[in-house]
Amino acid sequence: MFDFSKVIPSIPYILEGIGITLQIVIFATIIGLVLGILLALCKIGSIKPLKWFAEFYTSIFRGTPLVLQLMLIYYAMPQILGFNIEPMPAAIIAFGLNSGAYISEIIRAGINAVDKGQQEAAKALGVPYSKMMKDIILPQAMKNILPSLMNEFITLNKESAIVTVIGALDIMRRAYVVGGDTFRYLEPLLIAGIIYYIMTLVLTFLGKMIEKRMRRSD
Amino acid sequence: MIKIENLKKSFGKNEVLKGISTEIKEKEVIAVIGPSGSGKSTFLRCINRLEEPTSGKITVGGTLITDKNVLKVRENLGMVFQNFNLFPHKTVLENLIYAPMNVKGVSKNKAIEKAEDLLRQVGLFEKRNEYPNRLSGGQKQRVAIARALAMNPTVMLFDEPTSALDPEMVKEVLNVMKSLAESGMTMIIVTHEMGFAREVADRVLFLEGGYLVEDAAPEVFFNSPKSDRARAFLDKVL
Repeated sequence: MFDFSKVIPSIPYILEGIGITLQIVIFATIIGLVLGILLALCKIGSIKPLKWFAEFYTSIFRGTPLVLQLMLIYYAMPQILGFNIEPMPAAIIAFGLNSGAYISEIIRAGINAVDKGQQEAAKALGVPYSKMMKDIILPQAMKNILPSLMNEFITLNKESAIVTVIGALDIMRRAYVVGGDTFRYLEPLLIAGIIYYIMTLVLTFLGKMIEKRMRRSD
Repeated sequence: MIKIENLKKSFGKNEVLKGISTEIKEKEVIAVIGPSGSGKSTFLRCINRLEEPTSGKITVGGTLITDKNVLKVRENLGMVFQNFNLFPHKTVLENLIYAPMNVKGVSKNKAIEKAEDLLRQVGLFEKRNEYPNRLSGGQKQRVAIARALAMNPTVMLFDEPTSALDPEMVKEVLNVMKSLAESGMTMIIVTHEMGFAREVADRVLFLEGGYLVEDAAPEVFFNSPKSDRARAFLDKVL
């Protein structure tokens, strides 16, 4: 049933996809984090229009399939913009915008979980809002946020496989291409699966390390 | 020092303070007492605007408190909470120096010097590098008092400072407050410690149902309260 002999020469080709996958995940994460923090601050702030916008944004990006968002950006946007978008930037933008919505919820929940007394103590000492957030609330919220954030990265890492539909040459796409070339799909897809699994294990391990470090001040 | 005129506060339809007026002079120690739900804590929290008053005027040192100057006014109003509210991710010393450095712009050396002095005063100098969760409740509250004092406030507000403490730790906190009162600090203390109120306070404010029912010297209030409501309350707690 298994015959890896035809596929072995193609393994380096599949492995090269790790770089593409990581690029997408890392850049999308950076966009998602920045966007997520901004949206979360809008949600907990007192400026109503910003709050509505952030909530609307989140509900749209959580309420529609990621693959739809990806295809809208890659296939449909050029119709409006008048120029084509390469698969990589399209993927990074789609995943970044999408994870921004999820990350904003994670951060909002993390901030809300910090005891209200902390804000009151800071206020009573005359600490201005921005410093209170930066020095008192966010450092404490990080402890609640980091585990969920790590989860989000792991999900993003796996979900990034759907860039295959717009032809970005990530791990998944390469495994599929090798399958087409050799007429054997089982082996390359298994190899792709193993690569994703190992990446997830590494990310999980990193997450545990970070959590351990955070807990030292307890 | 502090003047409160016709202070009202509602939470939704529930009116918690129904028009309170009083004046607090410099170096006065005020005990605010009353049954739970009488509005004592809300009264205190309106003074430094942790609660926004629905109406009424509060002036501190001649300055009318508004949304604009509230941060500045708070620098002069130290506050101690029932649940301490120390910053758990900062050491004891860092808790004390954070606001002086970041709000008043005091240099780090000056802030540390002052903080160490205050920690000696409350008897916790040797705990300066510990994190708050390594301290007992009584120690936490003493640190919280020192943290408020680090800002050099002109008035100290205490919101039931001993209510969350184990009984054996109440004394150590009250002793710190007592010596603070003796040093001439203006203090407003919401408390259930009747013995302490009687011994340390210059004046007792008795709140009930959102009204300031009695305003008297402790010996007058505790020995011959004028109102039935105060008598009924004292019967229950003494």
